[in-house]
Amino acid sequence: MTNEVTLHSFLGSPFSCRVKIALNLKGIKYEVIEENLSEKGPELLKYNPVYKKIPVLVHDGNPVSESLVIVEYVNDAWGQVPLLPQDAYGKAQVRFWAKFVDDKCIPALLKVVRSHGEEQAVAEAHEQLQFLENELKGNKFFGGDNINLVDIAASYISFWLGAAEEAVGIKVLNKDKFPKLTEWCDNYINCQAVKDCLPTRDATIGIYKMRFGKT
Amino acid sequence: MEGGSDVILLDLWISVFGARVRIALAEKGVRYEYREENLPNKSPLLLQMNPVHKKIPVLIHKGKPICESNIIVQYIDEAWHDNSPSLLPSDPYLRAQARFWADFVDKKIYEGGKKIWTTKGEDQQVAKKEFIDLLKMVEGELGEKPYLIGESFGFADIALIPFTAWFYTLNTIGNMSIEKECPKLAAWVKRCMERETVSKNLPDPHKFYEFVMKMQGQ
Repeated sequence: MTNEVTLHSFLGSPFSCRVKIALNLKGIKYEVIEENLSEKGPELLKYNPVYKKIPVLVHDGNPVSESLVIVEYVNDAWGQVPLLPQDAYGKAQVRFWAKFVDDKCIPALLKVVRSHGEEQAVAEAHEQLQFLENELKGNKFFGGDNINLVDIAASYISFWLGAAEEAVGIKVLNKDKFPKLTEWCDNYINCQAVKDCLPTRDATIGIYKMRFGKT
Repeated sequence: MEGGSDVILLDLWISVFGARVRIALAEKGVRYEYREENLPNKSPLLLQMNPVHKKIPVLIHKGKPICESNIIVQYIDEAWHDNSPSLLPSDPYLRAQARFWADFVDKKIYEGGKKIWTTKGEDQQVAKKEFIDLLKMVEGELGEKPYLIGESFGFADIALIPFTAWFYTLNTIGNMSIEKECPKLAAWVKRCMERETVSKNLPDPHKFYEFVMKMQGQ
């Protein structure tokens, strides 16, 4: 095994960043290949024929797609800095919350952004965020003292959500309602492994203004 | 065999997601107490054990709940890792492929299939074509292999095989033949159904059809 790792990515995509954060935490060297999403490269189409999306990790010529599947792969392939607990029950809980963030939280938050803060959408998002607030259990991260798969799954909330809120002129992650989550955001984006892959805030706000702004 | 009332499964026999867990438990030879939920009247235990989603299946092992069928199957493989067979490959890359396809079934097959019996006319024609395209992607992954990821029946097969209980309903309502359009998949279905762990744990296809017809008020 030559350990050649490339990541097909797109600018500041939060899903690409999930993978970058996992690789950074484990100290794995990788090359980023920027894809042009309006004109997808032949390699991307070859490596991810099912979804034709980024991110795609290619390890010694073997492609893995879907960001959370990739993060679990990175965790299996490289043993240092484990992103899941060792015991079966602990793993199941971590996978449950990571899936919850992916299937319920993030779509609910996107709905708020796209609707520019419509009341029902905000109420639904708050319901999901409350589960996360409770799950932090007074810890710095969902993984306790260290980042785990749940923290990585929730990366969007730490940085991109704030940029989207500013772009559209709304607030859904209210500090008074979600003090622990708010603190989590600060702790998370200040980790070197995360900082190293964040796009600039202004650029992200600019992109979101174009994508979600009032017309 | 091990387990007994240490292991409780809250489930619905008709559920494709519940079937995944039943198959995995059977593959590992785990004895468990089966409890059929009555969906309009969810049991207090279900609401207590799955407060986030309030859905079945829920596996309760020594009093602790595990939710979400694909996550439960992985848990069963890990908690009973000494029991053969292994449900996930040991190689990290093949494990990733197994997870990818199990996730694909969740993301695409459920909604894709449902669309066929919840739409009519032109919409239904589109739904049928899209569903066959999804199954052909699975056939692409299958290739000449006996099972989705390799030589052994495992996690990805378990994720998909329960949906074959839907084929009679989809073929009838959609006026199609999935088996004719996807012969490799049909061969894989036959192969999986030869396992008693599968054939004894899938919902009856005709009962599922009656269930769908009842839901649609027919």
